[in-house]
Amino acid sequence: MAEDQDKILEEVTGGEYKYGFYTDIETEFIPKGLSEDVVRIISAKKNEPEWMLEFRLKAFRHWLKMKAPNWAHLNIPEIDFQDIIYYAAPKKKPELESMDEVDPELRATFDKLGIPLDEQKMLSGVAVDAVIDSVSVKTTFKETLAEKGIIFCSISEAIQEFPDLVKKYLGSVVPHGDNFFAALNAAVFSDGSFVYIPKGVRCPMELSTYFRINAMNTGQFERTLIVADDDSYVSYLEGCTAPQRDENQLHAAIVEIITMERAEVKYSTVQNWYPGDKEGKGGIYNFVTKRALCKGDYSKVMWTQVETGSAITWKYPSCILQGDHSIGEFYSVAVTNNYQQADTGTKMIHLGKNTRSLIVSKGVSAGRSHNSYRGLVKVSKKAENARNFSQCDSLLLGDQCGAHTFPYLEIVNNTAKVEHEATTSKIGEDQIFYCNQRGMSTEDAVGLIVNGYVKEVINQLPMEFAVEAQKLLQISLEGSVG
Amino acid sequence: MLVIKDLHAKIEDKEILRGINLEVKPGEVHAIMGPNGSGKSTLSSVLAGNEKFEVCEGSASFHGKDLLDLSPEDRAREGLFLSFQYPVEIPGVSMVNFMRTAVNEHRKYQEKDPFSASEFLKLMREKKKLVEIDSNLTNRSVNEGFSGGEKKKNEIFQMAMLEPKLAILDETDSGLDIDALRVVANGVNKLKSPENATILITHYQRLLDYIVPDYVHVLYKGRIVKSAGKELAHELEEKGYDWIKKEFED
Ligand SMILES: Nc1ncnc2c1ncn2[C@@H]1O[C@H](COP(=O)(O)OP(=O)(O)OP(=O)(O)O)[C@@H](O)[C@H]1O
Ligand SMILES: [Mg+2]
Repeated sequence: MAEDQDKILEEVTGGEYKYGFYTDIETEFIPKGLSEDVVRIISAKKNEPEWMLEFRLKAFRHWLKMKAPNWAHLNIPEIDFQDIIYYAAPKKKPELESMDEVDPELRATFDKLGIPLDEQKMLSGVAVDAVIDSVSVKTTFKETLAEKGIIFCSISEAIQEFPDLVKKYLGSVVPHGDNFFAALNAAVFSDGSFVYIPKGVRCPMELSTYFRINAMNTGQFERTLIVADDDSYVSYLEGCTAPQRDENQLHAAIVEIITMERAEVKYSTVQNWYPGDKEGKGGIYNFVTKRALCKGDYSKVMWTQVETGSAITWKYPSCILQGDHSIGEFYSVAVTNNYQQADTGTKMIHLGKNTRSLIVSKGVSAGRSHNSYRGLVKVSKKAENARNFSQCDSLLLGDQCGAHTFPYLEIVNNTAKVEHEATTSKIGEDQIFYCNQRGMSTEDAVGLIVNGYVKEVINQLPMEFAVEAQKLLQISLEGSVG
Repeated sequence: MLVIKDLHAKIEDKEILRGINLEVKPGEVHAIMGPNGSGKSTLSSVLAGNEKFEVCEGSASFHGKDLLDLSPEDRAREGLFLSFQYPVEIPGVSMVNFMRTAVNEHRKYQEKDPFSASEFLKLMREKKKLVEIDSNLTNRSVNEGFSGGEKKKNEIFQMAMLEPKLAILDETDSGLDIDALRVVANGVNKLKSPENATILITHYQRLLDYIVPDYVHVLYKGRIVKSAGKELAHELEEKGYDWIKKEFED
């Protein structure tokens, strides 16, 4: 009986990675390895001003003194940082006027992924800033945004065009000394996005960036900075898919968000990097530092993430609730299959008065994977009347996978009210049979049940993203049965 | 439409069905009665394709096809419907989503286009009326927190939506109040046609006052030990199963 169920689940969850293809775009590399010279070359290639080079070098020198962390609950193979290429740019890098000028290979890649970097998408109101191999290839809708004074460009461009803003905020939320990978990123970050929403402006469209790792042995070190000034609002989307690759690839991104008085930022991610094959070979290592500073009173940050990819995910989008009455929310779905490992969660740091935070985490584990939720709720001395509610649910498919929940509480103010609820459930064979009897295949049944289970989180995503996310869940859990 | 020959099935080496023979023709209503644990639900599970049970002998054909060779979902798509004795709760999955997937999977099998959202909702409204099911129930997750009777009504609603050729109702009358029983029976009667058939598994004669069976069978220890017309149900109601058991043991 139990064996039968295992068999079904194994079949159902044995889906091959659908996006495993490789685009042949000529890439310009700098040699493998990391040294002060490499940092200088990166900076020079990007024509960076002196202060930026200084920023990088400081981080690099600090990184040299740091040790790769040894985290609990993740089995991380040793990474040879000298065997990584720290900079790769698509060779063809012309100034693009329209879609026609985008490399056809590149467009085919996006098409295969179902990423509509085309007129349709633009008409539907999404400005797309596509990052391929570390350098922005195309930025759209800039003019419309510019009319409102919104800045949405690559971080490299921002360094050239808006040095004062970048200088003021870059590294202000995640300093290079924060952790090993944050230091590494600060030293060698390649590109990423910069967003600035001026006072009182509601960004009229979702800002969207698609990241895609695409060259052999290229670690990706994106750097994203979002600043929302008083009374502004923006919804930002980040989506990732990567082609199948044999060697492990390192990804260490940093995202920094700053919200001023009454500003609100919604940051949504759908992450589907190559998770490795069924034996656990290959796959992306995803070590991301995402942090928001709710600086102004009544400001709000909402992180929503759907994590289905990567061999190893280590990621805790966090909120520092500094402004009084500021709000942090975290909605997460993490799906692991085969030998994937995910250790993800959030940190809610309550500093201001009457600050509130909400955590909704849904883990889905299949195969022999391990899925951990790790969350910290910290209420400092001055944070009068802080409130937190955490809901952490785990769904297990089969009995060879593991789900773990590690809630940490640090509360030093007795007016705080903190609640935590956790559940673990399994998809029962009687549920699957019930669906079968109504004419659904087992894989459709699992898809339906999983999508029902994560609904609360998916509902937080913008419409189009929600559809994409559901597709990803289907793909990562269902595969080629039937 | 359904021909079962010498069907044996076991679970964990325990033989539960021990040679079932039954033929159901279009337009017929068969009632299966029998003491607790005699194998009635097992028979319906085996016909629906629940892999918990292993068929060790015998055959079952459905519209000329080898039923035992089909996956559970294909049996459903071929028009076999089981109203479960204990309907399963599926938290998080809305009835609307669930039913829409089910209906469209049936349509796909029949090589028809899937229903659009509005077509589907229209169908749902019609069928809801037919089986007099409370609107609220279809807005909730599948069976989650439904009362016993509500779950049974929901099974009949699903049957109405899927329009099966053969419906097996496993104790759908148990747990229904008198009004609900009438409603459910009416629903079943309205869905009856010369082309489709119904197997009613029940303990109570009362249901058979509403849905009049052509045949009544008694299942005992994994075999059909007696078959007769509707009068048999009255006899059982009066005398219980002892006389049949005795007859059988002799
Ligand atoms: N999963 C199982 N494991 C072991 N025995 C089982 C299992 N399922 C059913 N049985 C046994 O099979 C026999 C027949 O059960 P079944 O549910 O078919 O009876 P039934 O005729 O439907 O009874 P009732 O009238 O109480 O619904 C019973 O003795 C029951 O205990
Ligand atoms: Mg029964």
